[in-house]
Amino acid sequence: MDTAIEMARDVREGKRSSEEIVQECLDRIEGGNEKLNALLGTFDDALERARGIDERRTAGEDVGPLGGVPVILKDNMLVKGERCTAGSRILENYDAPYDATVTKRLRAAGAVLIGRSNCDEFAMGSSTENSHYGPTRNPWDTDRVPGGSSGGSAVAVATGFAPLAFGSDTGGSIRQPASLCGVVGLKPTYGRVSRHGLVALASSLDQIGPFARTVEDAALALEVIQGDDPLDATTVAGADASIPELLERDVKGMRVGVPKEYFLEGMDEDVRRTVMDAIAVYEKAGANIVEISLPNAPYALASYYVVMPSEACSNLGRFDGIRFGYSSEGSTLLETYERSRGEGFGPEVRRRIMLGTFALSKGYADAFYRKALKARTLIKRDFDDAFKDVDVIATPTSPSVAWPIGEKFNDPLAMYLADIYTVSANMATIPGMSIPCGFVNELPVGLQLLGRTFDEYALFRAGAYYQSVTDWHTRTP
Amino acid sequence: MSLTNEEILHIATLARLRVEPEDLPRYAEQLGSILEYVAKLDELEIDGVTELAHGAGLTNVFRQDTIAPVEADVRHRVIAAFPHREGDLLEVPAVFVDRTE
Repeated sequence: MDTAIEMARDVREGKRSSEEIVQECLDRIEGGNEKLNALLGTFDDALERARGIDERRTAGEDVGPLGGVPVILKDNMLVKGERCTAGSRILENYDAPYDATVTKRLRAAGAVLIGRSNCDEFAMGSSTENSHYGPTRNPWDTDRVPGGSSGGSAVAVATGFAPLAFGSDTGGSIRQPASLCGVVGLKPTYGRVSRHGLVALASSLDQIGPFARTVEDAALALEVIQGDDPLDATTVAGADASIPELLERDVKGMRVGVPKEYFLEGMDEDVRRTVMDAIAVYEKAGANIVEISLPNAPYALASYYVVMPSEACSNLGRFDGIRFGYSSEGSTLLETYERSRGEGFGPEVRRRIMLGTFALSKGYADAFYRKALKARTLIKRDFDDAFKDVDVIATPTSPSVAWPIGEKFNDPLAMYLADIYTVSANMATIPGMSIPCGFVNELPVGLQLLGRTFDEYALFRAGAYYQSVTDWHTRTP
Repeated sequence: MSLTNEEILHIATLARLRVEPEDLPRYAEQLGSILEYVAKLDELEIDGVTELAHGAGLTNVFRQDTIAPVEADVRHRVIAAFPHREGDLLEVPAVFVDRTE
């Protein structure tokens, strides 16, 4: 399967038309999606837009870095005029009135948006089983979950529905499904990519990022979508410096940190060995492997499960049955709220709203919410200290490979533990990327690389080197 | 930490969520196990630690309070998403009326 960079080059050089490429992807979706349920819909104007790119190219225009390349968006990013459900019943009839900033930037770069991918409801989940529109299946074993919450986007790239797809990552929702589906997934530094037009889960943690087969494709995708935006005040001006060409195929002298706290109890022994083998690849290439300590790592998930639901319950306040979305009228205003929300939200969303409301309620906010924000400072401080001595940190992305559908569905805490290695990056606002690094029982394993804030380049350098000497990323289900 | 039925119903009212009586035991069990896990935070020494606001240190971000025009097309689509409306007028239930009377 071709990469986005190869497709863009073919279109630019006139070797293939965008129409032909988009049609091939639509054919694959037609043939494969019924079983996988990775996409909730395709866009009717995809071929027309592809022809538009072809015409512009024929006329001698520059069609952009992603000119003619098909891309898929998680169904929580707005595409004007298209349905956007966020995996929820409450938005089952909602059509986006405007484009998200990411959508606009992708269009400006010449990308052809072809469809929207399934996800856990409001991005709450680690398995894509919480979607109102049915679970997505893992293409490596269709009885297993693809991870989540951006499971549909991960599956779409793994099966070649598109070379690039986008997801959102609040606690691991890009990296963990990338790991479980054998593709690259990047969560950028908080503040690098605008969240305008992304259905909000937890606003201090959410970040949009790409899924791709190669690190180079992920880097190109980030370059297209990044940059400050007046419509998202948390984006950081000046952070959108262009990402240098990845000519450096060398990690000699690079300092790779391995946190001892990430290789303790609870992790699958085969996954541990696979990740250690990947780290050995760096050692062989002349990188310095340094054992580091992140002493507050064991508190990251606990503080995350206070901060995230607190912000989520606040963000989801807008779904009131009145302004937009599902509405169930009661005899009083309060009853209209309670019915619309009780019937419109699924069980996991209701659970997190309850949890967040509790953590912010009178008498408990200091013991829960404020304490979790302080823990967050400690977690960030650990990383700041570690990055004085190392350039990147290497860890497993997920403690296990993909598990059978249904296995953790009724045990929320077991499901939450699937994010144990990924939430820290969101809490500390640093970038993280998962790359395929092997298989256990024919199921993909991911290596997570973490970097300093706004130093995605270190991740790309380390990731691109790894892919230049291994071929895990070329395997297809 | 476990929650009583009364506490769960109180949180549900604050959250504007209807909770059916038969769901109370499940909420008690699931929220209880999560809160028990979260109680791990009590082990941390957090005296004097500040709360994290923004990773890159942004605090308040100000802009001019100017009116930005919205495209007519976007405006129409936002209005069209409103469940109850009359033309361009948005219809909402009265706040102070008790319709049970």
